[in-house]
Amino acid sequence: MAQTLPTTEEALTSQVELDDSGLGPGGAGPGESGPGGPGGSGGYLGGVPQRTYLTGLTMGLAAILMFFMAFVSAFIVRKGLSNDWRAFPLPSILYVNTLILLASSFTIQAARRRLARADAAGFRHWWFMTTALGLLFLAGQWTAWRQLAREGVYLATNPSSSFFYVLTAAHGLHLLGGIVALVAIAFWNWKRARITRATAAEMAAVYWHFLDGLWIFLFLLLKLGQ
Amino acid sequence: MSAEAHVVSHAPHAPRGFIRRYIFSTDHKVIGIQYWLLALAAVSVGMVLSWLFRAHLAWPNAAIPGFGGVMKPEQYLALVTMHGTIMIFFVLTVAPQSGFGNYFLPIQIGADDMAFPRLNMLSFWITFVAFLVLVSAFFTSAGAPINGWTSYPPLSAVGSIAGPGQGTGETLWVISIALFCLASLLTALNFISTTIEMRTQGMSLMRMPLTVWGWFVTAVLGLLAFGVLLAACILVLLDRLAATSFFIPAGLVFSDTQPPLTHAGGSPLLWEHLFWFFGHPEVYIAILPAMGITSHVLSSFSRKPVFGYKAMAYSLCAIGFLSFTVWGHHMFVSGMSPYSALAFSFLTLAIGVPSAIKTFNWLGTLWGGRIHFTAAMLFAIGFVSLFVTGGLSGLFLAQPSIDLPLHDTYFVIAHFHIVMGVAAIFGIFAGTYYWFPKMFGRKMNEKLGKAHFWITFAGAYLIFMPMHWMGIMGALRRYADPGGLPFLERMAPIDLFITIAAFITGAAQLLFYFNFFWSLRHGEKAGENPWHATTLEWTIPSPPPHGNFVEIPRVYRGPYEYGLPGYKEDFLPQHLTPEQVAKMAT
Amino acid sequence: MRSEEGQRGSTAAAVVLSLMLLILVATTVYLFAARVYPMPPAITRVGHWIDRQYDLTLWVTGVIFVLAQVGLAWMVFRYRDRGQKVHFTRGSHVLELVWTTATFILFTTLGAMAVHAWAQVHFVSPAPGALQVDVMAEQFTWNFRYPGPDGKFAPTSPKDYSDSNGNPFGIDTSSKDQDDIVSPYLELPVGQEVELRLESKDVIHDFYVRELRIKQDIVPGMIIPIHFTPLQIGTYDILCAQLCGMGHNRMHSTLRVVSEADFQKWLKQQEAENQQ
Repeated sequence: MAQTLPTTEEALTSQVELDDSGLGPGGAGPGESGPGGPGGSGGYLGGVPQRTYLTGLTMGLAAILMFFMAFVSAFIVRKGLSNDWRAFPLPSILYVNTLILLASSFTIQAARRRLARADAAGFRHWWFMTTALGLLFLAGQWTAWRQLAREGVYLATNPSSSFFYVLTAAHGLHLLGGIVALVAIAFWNWKRARITRATAAEMAAVYWHFLDGLWIFLFLLLKLGQ
Repeated sequence: MSAEAHVVSHAPHAPRGFIRRYIFSTDHKVIGIQYWLLALAAVSVGMVLSWLFRAHLAWPNAAIPGFGGVMKPEQYLALVTMHGTIMIFFVLTVAPQSGFGNYFLPIQIGADDMAFPRLNMLSFWITFVAFLVLVSAFFTSAGAPINGWTSYPPLSAVGSIAGPGQGTGETLWVISIALFCLASLLTALNFISTTIEMRTQGMSLMRMPLTVWGWFVTAVLGLLAFGVLLAACILVLLDRLAATSFFIPAGLVFSDTQPPLTHAGGSPLLWEHLFWFFGHPEVYIAILPAMGITSHVLSSFSRKPVFGYKAMAYSLCAIGFLSFTVWGHHMFVSGMSPYSALAFSFLTLAIGVPSAIKTFNWLGTLWGGRIHFTAAMLFAIGFVSLFVTGGLSGLFLAQPSIDLPLHDTYFVIAHFHIVMGVAAIFGIFAGTYYWFPKMFGRKMNEKLGKAHFWITFAGAYLIFMPMHWMGIMGALRRYADPGGLPFLERMAPIDLFITIAAFITGAAQLLFYFNFFWSLRHGEKAGENPWHATTLEWTIPSPPPHGNFVEIPRVYRGPYEYGLPGYKEDFLPQHLTPEQVAKMAT
Repeated sequence: MRSEEGQRGSTAAAVVLSLMLLILVATTVYLFAARVYPMPPAITRVGHWIDRQYDLTLWVTGVIFVLAQVGLAWMVFRYRDRGQKVHFTRGSHVLELVWTTATFILFTTLGAMAVHAWAQVHFVSPAPGALQVDVMAEQFTWNFRYPGPDGKFAPTSPKDYSDSNGNPFGIDTSSKDQDDIVSPYLELPVGQEVELRLESKDVIHDFYVRELRIKQDIVPGMIIPIHFTPLQIGTYDILCAQLCGMGHNRMHSTLRVVSEADFQKWLKQQEAENQQ
């Protein structure tokens, strides 16, 4: 821990400085922004080192990955064991949704670049853009569900449709959580928070990319695995 | 102790007001005690349930109070199911990991709290709700589920048609376990982040107490295992409520008068794989923290370092890793591929190796020591004895050919109760007697504690050893009564013996309850370090203040520096500077 | 740190704990060695192999059990606090290496020796002439089906299941092969290999006969074959070993192993009953 700290400390300091350099309400108070202590100490910035949040997120992603892998292995086993599996054409709006989600990964990166350049307005612009794309994706998924329902493909119609609904719903719920986080980060009062806006934005972005990658994987599974 | 090397803890003052301080608290110590009390409540319920079904087994034709006559088979199975679920999830997972881990992991690594205190509080309250949901199954019209804690489909997936309690009762069971999984994932995430990021200066991995290693590896297991059970719960819930067919095969017929179920193509084995992929790590989730506590206590009261500290840490990791590769040994007779059974068999025997390493090292820790027989120490030694006994019966069950006659018999009940049930409970007792002075500032009564140990230790063996022989003779688990089978009826004296042993052992737990609550007020004042121990929790007041440390300590040495030759004291606490230690040399 | 505190040097605790461990060892060894509670005798060759492997494992674990518990008892007594100096050590690489290697070799050898019996049960196919019997498990009864005089099983369907009409297998009664014999118990000729095909109507059950040393889950949606050769005439309990609902413990039937002549007689009798 002690060995790796200097680099993180530097990164941390630079992020804190960004926050200090006038992002309006987002700026952290000087009291909490000082590096935790001389040369690689425990670094309690009024709580925990900022890196801890990213570690926590990484652990969360590992858990989410195992959760989805359970569904995926169930998908593979269930399909392999039975003879009642019937593929159904995926609604073509899913391609559009995929593009929307891919685009949102770029917009969230753009937002983080604006944040790094202390461009508050730019940050907000791209951040809201990401939020909007996320909502659009969910609306698109909803449309896909409606379309399938119109074609008579429901949750219990066939194992293939069961897995389609389960996987898209589980992913959609996680993405909804991401959207809540995006909104929260946009409106949070950072003066009282133990986490800096830069860290929160980084976490949101990592989570967002993860869900983006996860969706591509699930989409390929649903497309090719059926 | 150079001042600039230290960081003053910035933890805010403890919140005022009863609710923020004791109910919705974010302080890891309060949460640890909350978990511990939840486990105490749960273990009390679980034990009473076991008394009820033990009474029925001993006197199959006698009226059981509260059951309006002789216990019906479905009532018996509901009791067994709820006993298993409560004990495994809400006692063995909650007390050693979430309870003691929450309280002592941050202190032992020199942190002022968990990494994410509010998440921590959320985990506890979700667990609490999960417990309420589970217990509420008893109060549904058809009662609690009867499918055992393993909830194999189709029995668990088709609803009340499969039997009483399989309707609403089983739905509540699934929801409870799903909630429990969610809470456990959050806890695991918190434990891992705390261990990785919050260790104080000098607290390298190889200076962590073995308790911390135990909690850390357990958290990793929880993080990777509970998500899988959560997914399985969601799928079985959909099978139950939304007519899907993940686990329900085609053409099931439960009665002449009803057409076959409309489900099709599902696989019961799929549930078994998902469940045991979680279920086997789960038994290590129950036992690894107890292993850590045992190492910790054995070293403290042998006045010697843990023998082979590194081997102990590595073997914890090895057990953790291997625990994900052995789930198939629960499925030797399930219809799974017999070839994969051989692979699972060898991996299971392989997990015996790190387990044996731990046992040898515990014996090595005792060897040449100066053993203080405190209640905590007795329970730790009891743990070693039980772990050996229960581990060895595992060698039978790990071989698929011997599993053929022994699977699902009382031999298995004996095996897992001794090795992960009673042994883990002994770990909890050892931890309670050991840390009670730190948690509440007073010692528990040693005389009562020892009396508690003698009866519990003898009782544990008297209850569970005979079950081996019942299993060998072919007595099957989850049988409400001999069912008219003469060979089972002939075992009635053994059943009676076990039941009496269970009543006496259970009654002896009253000593523990009394000791616990009496000592809160009347126990001998403990002071900071009553056991003359070395780890960081013994460097702060008892009970520790909000934020734990006035100054975050720095650590200079390993956790078990007992009995070093050439010093006035026989223990060197982790936080003493080399200069301070030099002054202690003789 | 000398023995200044009350609970130290308590020889009494050491003696009691050591004695308890010794009593545990003595009782356990006696009850296993004297075979006070034995398995019922096996009636198949595979059963005997399994028993031999069980005995071997009992020896290995028995020796470890005695050494470990007696060793623990000895240490508890020998190293009780009498104010002595501890023998300071942090461990031993040599010892770690020795016991790691030793247990690894021991355990894997044991595992390797267990493969044979398992292979006989699962990897060896039944001989071509093996007697075929279908087993249908349901809450909470057993049904057995023999192919009848024509030697062929009639086709079945879940929609024809009817316990009340004596057709638990759902045999298609319009089929020309519908002369199958259906029985609530399992009658087998001694010394002849039999293949059972296990099916379930509703939930998971488990076919367990203690003397056969065989236990096999019966999973709905799967047909699981098992085979064995009973070598001892007699009557044995068929039990359900997998929790299947409220009647689980009452779900049993009987395996009757009889001479070849008695078996043929029984078949004739069943066929005659079928004709009526």
